[in-house]
Amino acid sequence: MSTTAQELDARGLNCPLPILRAKKAINGLQHGQILRVRATDPGSVKDFDAFCKATGNELVSSEQDGGEYVFQIRKH
Amino acid sequence: MSTVTEISSSRLPQDLLQKHGTALDAWFDDRFAKKLKEVEENKTPSLAIIATKGTMDWAYPPFILASTASALGWDVSVFFTFYGLELLKKELNLQVSPLGNPGMPMKMPFGPEWFQGINWNIPNAVMAGVPGFEKLATGLMKKTVKNNGVASIQELRDVCVEAGVNLVACQMTVDLFGYTRDEFIPEVKDWIGAASFLPVAQQSDVCLFI
Repeated sequence: MSTTAQELDARGLNCPLPILRAKKAINGLQHGQILRVRATDPGSVKDFDAFCKATGNELVSSEQDGGEYVFQIRKH
Repeated sequence: MSTVTEISSSRLPQDLLQKHGTALDAWFDDRFAKKLKEVEENKTPSLAIIATKGTMDWAYPPFILASTASALGWDVSVFFTFYGLELLKKELNLQVSPLGNPGMPMKMPFGPEWFQGINWNIPNAVMAGVPGFEKLATGLMKKTVKNNGVASIQELRDVCVEAGVNLVACQMTVDLFGYTRDEFIPEVKDWIGAASFLPVAQQSDVCLFI
């Protein structure tokens, strides 16, 4: 498994900021690199799933860690 | 008539249809379904928004949807008309008022939890009569937005500009309200009328009037 290329702290941000910040971060990545996002917005679970489906990026993992959500996205 | 012409007109297909009609139909259906799927998969979705309101609360839907759609890789156009033009001003000075807006909760974004939970039922007469009430309500809304980690309008607009969202302004309203073009952000892509935006809206997959 590839290592995380970049971390994004989206904690405390609300819809649609986690997605917008993630999109910006992914733009700076190379194909196949992984972005790890930490968020606190419960809506981000469904949003990141939909975002990845629409953009063709791979949602490697979507986990809940206490009150935080951690997403790993591999750039298409 | 030459042989080529005869073949390319109706004789050959008719012969073929008589002999292999069912097989040809099946082939065509299969091929058509594949082509259609290919076209749909390669198509970039598009969103067209007509933004007509110039208050802080109404500024959120167009900018949230436009910025999110651009993050999804969609083509986005927003046509700002009437009070919606306020959203394109260089200096954003958007206000919000609970007066005449009964759906808007009036809650305090500070103090203990029980206090923040109170929805202040302020009579219209008071809201209308107290000078600066709108400024107060706007200030409270901005604080609530910040406390909740919601983006500011400026931030969402910046994302739209950066993502190349097609921001266009209604020329007629600019003239009607006596504005000049230099009052607006330089990223306004075009100054157009309804006749120019409707074809954009017609071609879009999603079209919203806000």
